[in-house]
Amino acid sequence: MEPQPNALKVLNVLCAVLFLAALGMVFIYAPLEETMDYVQKIFYFHISTGWVGMLGFLAAAITGILYLVTHDQKWDILEFAAVEISLIFFSVTILAGSIWARPVWNTWWTWDPRLTTAAILEMIYIAYLLLRQGIEDPGRKARFGAVYTLVGSLSVPMTFLSIRLFRTIHPAVIGTASASSQGGFNMTPPMVVTMVFCLVTFSVIFITLFWHRIRLGRLAQAVEERQLEAQS
Amino acid sequence: MIEVRQLVKRFGSKAVLRGLNFEVREGEFVALLGPNGAGKTTFLRILASLARPTLGEVRIAGYRLPLQAAAVRRNLGFVSHQPLLYGDLSAEENLRFYGRMYDLDGLEQRIDAVLNTVGLAGRRRDLVRTYSRGMQQRLAIGRAILHDPSVLFFDEPHTGLDQEACDMLDQVLREVTGRGRTVVITSHDLARVEGLAARFDVLSHGVIAASAPKSDLGGGNLLDFYRRALAG
Amino acid sequence: MAEVRPFDQPRPVISFLKAIGAITWKDLTAELRSRELLSAMLVFALLVILVFNFALELDVETRRTVTSGVLWVTFAFAGTIGLNRSLAIEKDHDCLDGLLLAPVDRSAIYFGKALSNLAFMLIVEAIVLPVYSLLYDTNLFNLGLIGTILLGSIGYIAVGTLLASMSVQARTRDILLPILLFPVVIPDLVAAVKASSGFLQGSLASLITPWINLLVAYDIIFIAVAFMVFDFVVEE
Repeated sequence: MEPQPNALKVLNVLCAVLFLAALGMVFIYAPLEETMDYVQKIFYFHISTGWVGMLGFLAAAITGILYLVTHDQKWDILEFAAVEISLIFFSVTILAGSIWARPVWNTWWTWDPRLTTAAILEMIYIAYLLLRQGIEDPGRKARFGAVYTLVGSLSVPMTFLSIRLFRTIHPAVIGTASASSQGGFNMTPPMVVTMVFCLVTFSVIFITLFWHRIRLGRLAQAVEERQLEAQS
Repeated sequence: MIEVRQLVKRFGSKAVLRGLNFEVREGEFVALLGPNGAGKTTFLRILASLARPTLGEVRIAGYRLPLQAAAVRRNLGFVSHQPLLYGDLSAEENLRFYGRMYDLDGLEQRIDAVLNTVGLAGRRRDLVRTYSRGMQQRLAIGRAILHDPSVLFFDEPHTGLDQEACDMLDQVLREVTGRGRTVVITSHDLARVEGLAARFDVLSHGVIAASAPKSDLGGGNLLDFYRRALAG
Repeated sequence: MAEVRPFDQPRPVISFLKAIGAITWKDLTAELRSRELLSAMLVFALLVILVFNFALELDVETRRTVTSGVLWVTFAFAGTIGLNRSLAIEKDHDCLDGLLLAPVDRSAIYFGKALSNLAFMLIVEAIVLPVYSLLYDTNLFNLGLIGTILLGSIGYIAVGTLLASMSVQARTRDILLPILLFPVVIPDLVAAVKASSGFLQGSLASLITPWINLLVAYDIIFIAVAFMVFDFVVEE
C-alpha cells in the first residue's frame, strides 16, 4: 500500500480536531432549546450526517454513470467507496432520528417521507453490496453495480415524492412559526453557527473516510492482481 | 476473412489472451488446438462477437469487432458445446424462432433444407427436450447455418457425444463446411479434427504458439506437432 | 439455399420489431406447453391471498380499505417468481448467447422479454381478480382499477426485467431479485396502491390523478433507462 500522502495525514488530524470542536460547540456553545432541552442537540448530528450522506449518494450516482461511459476501473472504486461510506452515514442519521423521535413524539419510528426514504435508501445500499458479492467476474461486478446505482438514484427521489404525497409529520426546521407544535423549533443564531460547523465537520470526516476507503479499494485490486499473477 | 492483431482479453486482472495474432483466409478450415483453460473458448467467443476484446483489433470480412458487430453477425454462425435451443419448443419451432430473429426471407424453405441437411426432418415436430444430445448438437448446427453464413465457428462440438453421434456429426460437418465457407473449429480431440481441418493452430499461454497446414506438419503426425508447440 | 443478404443491415426497424415479436412468441409458446411458470405464479398468488385472509381478520368495512394493498403485495411477490423463471430459462443452457448472436439491437431482447413477462403478470392478475372478488364478495370489476393494474404492472416489469437479467447471473440468484427489486419499485407500488384504493372507494378524480401521473412518469422513466443500459447487463 502506498504510504499516506501528507494531505491525508493532515486530514486525519483535522478530522479529530474538528470533531472535538464540534462536540464542544454542540454541548457547550449552542444554547439549550426551550422545549426540547438536551434532546434537541442530537439534531446537529442527525442533519449533518444526513446531508453528507446525500452527497455520498450523489457521488455514487455520478461515478456510476461515469464508469458505464468510460469503463475505467477507477470510477468503480470510487462508486463502491461512496456507497459504503454513505451507508454508514445514513445509518447514523436514522439512529439519531430515532433517538430524537422517542422523547419528542413518543415513538421510535415515524413513517414520514424523509425517514422512510432514508430507510429505503439503506436497503438499496445493502442490495447493492449483496449484488456485488454475488458476482465473480470483476468487470460484470462493476457494470452491474453501476446499473443498480443508476436505477436506485432515479427511484429514490420518486420514492420521496410518493411518500410525501402520502403523509408528513417531519418537522419544518428553520424559521416556521408554528413549527414547535409539530416538533419543530426556531433556530437562534448560535444554533445556526453550530449547525453549519457540524456540517463542515462531517463533510471533512466524509472526505477523509472516502479517501481511506479508496486507498483500500486500490489495495484490494493490487492484491487480486498479484494473486492471479502468482497463480498463472 | 478473419484478421486478429495483438488481441488481449483480461478478466479483471487475469489476462487470458496476451497479444494474439491470427489470420484466416476465405474458405480455409482451421482447427484451433490447445489444452483446457488455454483460452480457446474465450477466443472463439470474441470472434463470434459474444465477448469484447480488452485490447487489440479483430476484423471479420473487413468489419471491425465490436464496433461493427451487428454487420458481422448476419454472416457468422456459432456452435458451442451448449446447443442454445429451447427444450419446450419443437425442432422446427426453434428454427423458426431463430429465422425470425435473423429476419430471414423464405424461412419455411430454409427450415426444410436445413432439417434435411442435418438429418432431422423426420423428427421436426418433436420437442427438443426429447432429443438425445447428439441430435441436439445436429440441430444446433442447423440453427447455425439457417441464415447461410459464410463464416462458421465450432467450439468443441463433439463434447458429450458417443462414437456414433460423433460420426454423424462429422458427416454433417463435412457437408456443411464444404462450400467455400470459412471455418474455425476448436477441439482438444486431435484425432477428430485431423480428418476435418486443412490447417492446425495451437493456442498456448494466450498466443498462437504454432500454425501449420496439414500437408506440412514439420515431419511426424499431428500429435507430435501439437506436443512440440506446447513444449516450445 | 435462398440468396444471402450482404453484410449490412437492410431493414433495421422491421428486424427490430420482428425480433421482439419472435422472443415474445417464443416465451408464450413454450409457456403454454409447460405451464410451469404460470402455475407457480398462480399457486403462489392464491396462497398469499389465503394467508392474508387469516392474518388480517377483516370485516367488510376494513376490507374495502385494505383490498388494494393486499392485491398489490400479492402481485409483487408472484411477479418475482415469474421474472426469475423467465430469465433463468435464458441463462440455463446459455440460450442468451443464441439471442446475442442475432444481428439485432440488444434492446430487442429487453423488450421481447419484458413483453412476455408483462403478459404472464397480466394473466395471473386477470385470474386473481375474479377469485378475490368471489372469496371476499367484493366487486373488483372497475375500469379505473384495471387501468391502474396495467400501468403499475408495466412499471414493475420494466424494472424487474432489467434487474432479473442481473440477478440471474449471480450465485445468489433466487433471493437476490426481491432484495434488488422491492426497494426500487416502491414509488410504483405506492402509487398503484393509492390509485387502486381511490378507484375502489370512488374517490374524487383530483385525488387519484396525482398517483396516476406518478405511475405514468415512473413507467416512462424506467422503460427508457432500462432499455438504454440493458447492453451493459448482457454483454461480456
